Amino acid sequence: MTDMASLMEDRAAAKVISDNLRKPVDWDSPKIARNIKKRYAAERRFKIYGLVAIGIALLALCMLATSIGSKGYSAFYQTYVQLEVHFDPAVIDPDGTGDPAVIGRANFDGLIKQSLRDRFPDVTSRSDKRDLYGIVSGGASYDLRERVLENPSLIGQTRTIWLISGDDFDMLNKGYIDPTVAEGDRRLNDQEVSWYNDLVEAGAVEKQFHTRFFTSGDSREPELAGIWGAAVGSFYTLLVTLALSFPIGVLAAVYLEEFAPKNRFTQIVEVNINNLAAVPSIVFGLLGLEVYLNVMHLPRSAPVVGGLTLALMTLPTIIIASRAAIKAVPPSIRQAALGLGASPVQTVTHHVLPLAMPGILTGTIIGMAQALGETAPLLMIGMVAFIVDIPGGALDPATVLPVQIYLWADSPERAFVEKTSAAIMVLLAFLVLMNGLAVYLRKKFERKW
Amino acid sequence: MSLSFLLLAVAALCALSFYFGRQRAVALSGGRHSNLHSLPVHYGAYTAAWCGLPALALLLIWYMFQGSVIEALIVSDLPQEILDDSGRLSLALNSISLIAAGNGQHLTVEPEIVDAGRRLANIQTIANAALVVVMLSGAVLGLSLSYRKITADMRARNNIERIARYVMIACSAIAILSTVGIVFSLLFEALHFFTKINPLEFLFGLEWSPQTAIRADQVASEGAFGAIPLFVGTLLITLIAMCVAVPIGLFSAIYMGEYASPKFRAIAKPALEILAGVPTVVYGFFAALTVAPFLRDNGAILGLDVSSESALAAGLVMGIMIIPFVSSLSDDVMSQVPKSLRDGSYGLGATKSETIRNVIFPAALPGIVGAVLLAVSRAIGETMIVVMAAGLAANMTANPLQAVTTVTVQIVTLLVGDQEFDSAKTLSAFALGLVLFLVTLGLNVFALKVVQKYREKYD
Repeated sequence: MTDMASLMEDRAAAKVISDNLRKPVDWDSPKIARNIKKRYAAERRFKIYGLVAIGIALLALCMLATSIGSKGYSAFYQTYVQLEVHFDPAVIDPDGTGDPAVIGRANFDGLIKQSLRDRFPDVTSRSDKRDLYGIVSGGASYDLRERVLENPSLIGQTRTIWLISGDDFDMLNKGYIDPTVAEGDRRLNDQEVSWYNDLVEAGAVEKQFHTRFFTSGDSREPELAGIWGAAVGSFYTLLVTLALSFPIGVLAAVYLEEFAPKNRFTQIVEVNINNLAAVPSIVFGLLGLEVYLNVMHLPRSAPVVGGLTLALMTLPTIIIASRAAIKAVPPSIRQAALGLGASPVQTVTHHVLPLAMPGILTGTIIGMAQALGETAPLLMIGMVAFIVDIPGGALDPATVLPVQIYLWADSPERAFVEKTSAAIMVLLAFLVLMNGLAVYLRKKFERKW
Repeated sequence: MSLSFLLLAVAALCALSFYFGRQRAVALSGGRHSNLHSLPVHYGAYTAAWCGLPALALLLIWYMFQGSVIEALIVSDLPQEILDDSGRLSLALNSISLIAAGNGQHLTVEPEIVDAGRRLANIQTIANAALVVVMLSGAVLGLSLSYRKITADMRARNNIERIARYVMIACSAIAILSTVGIVFSLLFEALHFFTKINPLEFLFGLEWSPQTAIRADQVASEGAFGAIPLFVGTLLITLIAMCVAVPIGLFSAIYMGEYASPKFRAIAKPALEILAGVPTVVYGFFAALTVAPFLRDNGAILGLDVSSESALAAGLVMGIMIIPFVSSLSDDVMSQVPKSLRDGSYGLGATKSETIRNVIFPAALPGIVGAVLLAVSRAIGETMIVVMAAGLAANMTANPLQAVTTVTVQIVTLLVGDQEFDSAKTLSAFALGLVLFLVTLGLNVFALKVVQKYREKYD
């Protein structure tokens, strides 16, 4: 109110001057000039507040992006260790059968351990050996098996190959474990660091692009964990969501916009749609748990249940967007169609819906993007289970990208921090893609009548 | 036969019946379409609808009842002593379903339960086969009946349009159904909970520790279900979020609407909207791994004891998330203030900021209040940020540096993992959900009313 007061003061001063001197107000008097200066300063200050507010919001966005980017970029690379592995026929295929089943069962882990012992022959004690084996990830033996199954002539030979390293050594190589801090405060002891330095000096440590992150499912070992399982789960979930919410949403929007009489039923539906749009997502999770799991006994953790739950959530978004798009089609189109003898349903299916489709699709994509980022309701229906296998269909247990992020964020291993950030980047990339598609559709098909 | 395959089969049958219906109509017309009441496509659509809709309806009804019927069948054959003990019953049902799925080799259970598992597997196979038979026969029956009904003067278009109208009404009714579903599923379990715990104790109790003990002699073996600490925690975090979101949101809306050049607006506005599109789990990660450690370290420098799961971190990040919500809603409201008010103010010599503060803001105040209330309701219902960044300890405190817990956090912790649907611990989540639903619903209805009333005033 101070500015109104100063405006008033301005006018009061002017009145005093004019009353006393009985001559026109001197708008150039120093008093008024001072006052105007003050008011303009207030104006400038107000404008700066606005700029600062926007600045803070944008700063927060930048901080979010840099914090995730700087934590996550390193997850796209993985440390590999070069070792000389002797493909001992006595271990792999003692009878020389060449049978893939026999080779598949062989103890490749033992081969790796043997080559580690050969590389560092002075390690003797049991616990030291265990530490030593940590240099190479437990998943490396699967890679070795694949290699031998693909190329059985390797048996009996000795090759230098790159093996995926354990997560602690990966962290050390990426600089997340500081070897200069006290030994007790880090995950790796001095001996392990010295092995690492030894390997680095020999040129046997290297960072390679981490394709496994994009192709494998979840794992307890950070270096083996990937997002493909969650991505496939997200895909099936969204598929079910789309298959349900798109037709139902569009049909409901058409009915409410084109056919519904103004009666009690319509009114209740409209109020319900508006309220559903504002119900917290976790309440939909409770609904899904109670109705789909407890009453209908659908399988837990399955994308089909997630899709059913998310479909109810995205329905209001799609209905509201579709109604706006249908409303934007000018009445003259309908009148022309009706005038040529089309029935109301024909008018809608032949003319109104095709013209409204870009708007409807834009709304649907935005609804799908929301569903892709949703986490809380899926926690309720058991999509938080630890699932290693890639889901093969909508009825298999699965998890989705945001839930995977939540699970990894909860994991204690340091290496999961970068995995989480990288998974967030992948999720955000999908969201940007979807929203970009929505903007493109809107720009391309936008029509001014 | 898997569900997707079954759906594909029904879709194929629909396509086939569309073709049959159309062919028959063409045949009946004798080459002249004017002999028919409707276009041949309408006859095709008519038969397709009569083929597909009954099949889908049967599928829906089947899935609604299959689970409970099978369970009833299995339970009815179990020995009486298992039925009497609800804990044993749920354990038995669990192992039965494991055995039926073929994963029960390692279980050591009574022979009755192994038998029941085998029976369950049998029943499931039979049920699946029966579903296929029922659905396909429904489809074929619908197809043949509607196919026979086709004559040259049948009003196929009117028929199919009537069907279409009913389908549309059914689709609109899903909005009502889901509200009813939410209310009933929450109410049912919450009432179940209130038979175990006094509702007054739940609403006004000051202690929350739902961990019911396994052994009877443990401390707090009953668990305490006073939800006031959760409400206080929720309000504290919401308050912090609003302290961030309301000023920043309002000022950015004012700047965007009144001062910004079109060029600046074109860049800054979508950038702000990005904040609204970021998934909440990402904000949760940001709050837990970036903001909370930052606050704790800086608090330590200032000599403050900031908990690593402080209400402040969760509230700040939630505030950031809500900024675009407040700013776009208040932008809408302020742009609806009639131009005449603004022009009048300028005409009297007021500066832009004086006009905004003394004319536009008071005129738009009811709408802005509505917008803030909507934002509050969103903050109350927000889950992932608080699950990841706020704590689990039900502290009753107004100190933002301490850890608090919220209603949504407790719902998630109570329901993630194993659930027993007869313990007060699991059921309390539904009572909390009911409170959450009612509060957000009330806030929304009230806020929408305020905004609407305000709109009417200026329309």
